[in-house]
Amino acid sequence: MVEETPWQQALRYANRANPYPFYEELRKTPVARQPDGTYVVSTYREIVTLLHDPRVSSDPRKCPVPVATQAEGSAQPVAEPIREALTEPNIITCDPPEHDRDRRMMMPHFAGPPPSPHLISDLEPEIRRLVDGLLDGMRGRNRIDAVDDFAYPLPVTVICEVLGVPLEDEPRFHHWIETALDALDFGPEAASEEIQSRLTGGRQAVQQFGRFAAGLLDRYAQQPGPGMLSAMVNEDGPEGRMSKGVLASNALLLIFAGHETTVNLIAHSVLTLLRHPEALEKLRRRPELIVPGVEELLRYESSVQFWHTRSALEDIDIAGTTIPKGAPIFLVYGSANRDPERFTDPDELDLERRDNQHLGFSQGIHFCFGAPLARLEVQSAVGEFVRRVRNPRLVEDPPPYRHNQIFRGPRHVLVDIDGIRD
Amino acid sequence: MTLPATVAGLVREFRANGRIVIVGASLAGLRAAEALREGGFTGSLTIIGDEPYEPYDRPPLSKQVLKGWVPADHTKLPRMREVDADWRLGVAATGLDRATKQVRLADGEQVPYDRLLIATGKRARQWPNPAEAALDGVHTIRSRDDAAQLQKALGEPPSRVLVIGAGFIGSEVASVCRELDIPVTVVERGSAPLVGALGGVIGEIAAQMQRDHGVDLRCGLGVSSLEGDSGGHVRRARLSDGSTVDADVVVASLGSIRNVEWLEGSGLAAGFWGVGCDAGGRAFDINGVVTDSIYVAGDVSRAPHVLYEYQFLAMEHWDNAVFGAEVAAHNMVNLEPHYRPHLLLPGFWSGQFGVNIKSVGVPSFGDEIVFTQGPVAERRFAAAYGHRGRIVAAVTFDHGKWLEYYAKMIERSGPFPPPPPGWDLPPVMKPMPAEFPDPRVPTAIPDVVLTGHSPSGRTAEFRPRPH
Repeated sequence: MVEETPWQQALRYANRANPYPFYEELRKTPVARQPDGTYVVSTYREIVTLLHDPRVSSDPRKCPVPVATQAEGSAQPVAEPIREALTEPNIITCDPPEHDRDRRMMMPHFAGPPPSPHLISDLEPEIRRLVDGLLDGMRGRNRIDAVDDFAYPLPVTVICEVLGVPLEDEPRFHHWIETALDALDFGPEAASEEIQSRLTGGRQAVQQFGRFAAGLLDRYAQQPGPGMLSAMVNEDGPEGRMSKGVLASNALLLIFAGHETTVNLIAHSVLTLLRHPEALEKLRRRPELIVPGVEELLRYESSVQFWHTRSALEDIDIAGTTIPKGAPIFLVYGSANRDPERFTDPDELDLERRDNQHLGFSQGIHFCFGAPLARLEVQSAVGEFVRRVRNPRLVEDPPPYRHNQIFRGPRHVLVDIDGIRD
Repeated sequence: MTLPATVAGLVREFRANGRIVIVGASLAGLRAAEALREGGFTGSLTIIGDEPYEPYDRPPLSKQVLKGWVPADHTKLPRMREVDADWRLGVAATGLDRATKQVRLADGEQVPYDRLLIATGKRARQWPNPAEAALDGVHTIRSRDDAAQLQKALGEPPSRVLVIGAGFIGSEVASVCRELDIPVTVVERGSAPLVGALGGVIGEIAAQMQRDHGVDLRCGLGVSSLEGDSGGHVRRARLSDGSTVDADVVVASLGSIRNVEWLEGSGLAAGFWGVGCDAGGRAFDINGVVTDSIYVAGDVSRAPHVLYEYQFLAMEHWDNAVFGAEVAAHNMVNLEPHYRPHLLLPGFWSGQFGVNIKSVGVPSFGDEIVFTQGPVAERRFAAAYGHRGRIVAAVTFDHGKWLEYYAKMIERSGPFPPPPPGWDLPPVMKPMPAEFPDPRVPTAIPDVVLTGHSPSGRTAEFRPRPH
């Protein structure tokens, strides 16, 4: 048995709660070729360089499944149900000019500029009301789950409203997302019987989710309704409209990425603050620190640990090595955000950290589309949690984690509390 | 007491009780003041400004303010921290006496300093004929008051606006006029708009962009005279080809002049291109000797730059003001070996006709240009400038997110033409002449310019003695 690389170890489920020691090892080789031919990039400077390099593609159609895997016969080929099930590109999986055009067509319906520059900021009272309701609902209890009772309900309710997805459909798409994510594994455990047995279900879940999104769009095409999806189906911009397939693929992306990452960020924020009582106390005394504080939490526990659809379209010289044309490239944001070459004392939580240009939302043309909404939700949720929850204590540390490596987050965060302030 | 201990004691003493004077209540002046306090300077700090206002932000003046989105008096710069300064606003500095270390003010007062920061910036070049410049309806745009007056005039609205000079400011004004649906004529002596800053290839694209937005653009022409009505209001301009343009608002965007006159006789290396200083912001005297107590930052500074063969680089850029001020402030309260260099890669942006234009490096240092990314015909693209096989600058139209890629290449003196991208290829990828105008063509001077190797910015003249 060959010894596992730091990257492979970081991906093992046993290390999900704390992949950082393996990232530290990984950063000793900033651009590290893996046995399957993938190039894993773990340092801040190199990741930022590649994020701005127009010879790097984000389009998985241009990214071959690592060949070395099959050639060496060391493991099963990486099976990726989401990639296989999605036939049309969305903005995160395509390159310019398609990417630029599609994002240009989507942006006016979300965060402006005109016609809707205030759409996000106008959601603040509604978000505040939802947060208040969730915290009010904890009255009389002495144990809560910061995931199921708090981190999950807020973003999913908000994204349904923004997009115009009926909230009663939430149990269905929640199930599809969980099923697909549990089948998505990039590590040595991908070949395990357990993961292999989930693949079929994962693929089916993505297909069902895709049909759900397409059906929703069809309904809005016939009968316009509130929200961004209806606007995207019915309103022609100066560049027309996206094709039905691309629209459905982007709708699926918006529903999924529009809440999944925010759930993990809120859950990780609560967990991280409970692990750092001084920071929690500081935030309680100086609530205005929630704004830089959320940026630090984005850095500290990034909701998207890495991204996996990029590849080199030419030979790219970087950090003393050459990523050969055609090689898949994984950019490990979670490691870049702990890179001591970029961040002083990267493993310290510093709510007042200066020059905190973390990669929690990535950079370049694929910078998180939903970032302004995510910031607003997390600032509101975490700020109010800190202010209102009396004496919160972690029940279990580390808490149980979800299986997925990219969208890393705790399954539950049980917290004992002494009550809820007004 | 050892010598190092004595020196350290002096630095401590200066930081605690020294007197620093900043001339220029500007972006650079404010950021320097903040950096001084941040760096532990607790002595007396005086900030002198000829305008009556606290430091404000200029980029919005030709954009959001003219459009009427933001009132001119809502451009005050945010404060990063308390500066606890003695603000002397509304009174210009008129002289500098280096022997007695005093700044002379227009009201006759003398302000003593231990260390001085010169951040006097630039002013708009006025229409050269004073009588014509005095006509109602003739504007320049540099200050908050200028912008407020022009915004008011555009609100009337005028029947036609004449913009003289199609550099960045002139082009932005023309863009605002079109957005407000005001007819506008732009007269430019060069071959195209932005030609001084970005060359003829990009200038041609900018020209087409203006025409597509309904600008009456006339290149290769000058304005010979302005004519007013009996009430003293401008009504008409006569162009160098003999034709006339009827307009009731005229914007003279003829570039700007560095505010160095007050340094006349000071013996500093001050001239047309500004005040020469080293890369740490320390001013040179006229003989090229560096001074110990006078520093320069912002638009009025020029300093040698490692990336451009150590030529003195003069930049009218926002971030140059900020970072230059921070470096100068740091060096004012530190000693060798703790000096820091200000080696910014030049960069600027402009918004016009719905397009975000950004650039890094010194385009006019390049003699060739190549399109590298994007559909040029849709005015969404990136292009690189080259000089002797290396990349020296880049410009983007609605492609700003890629600029960093080119910036890194410029910093490494990467090859020109750069390697092609993997997608979104421009239709033509062959390097071509960048077509910068002959320096003798009186078009807009680029806002980043290499000004040679002479610290004093004066041209040496060879005069053989008669025998």
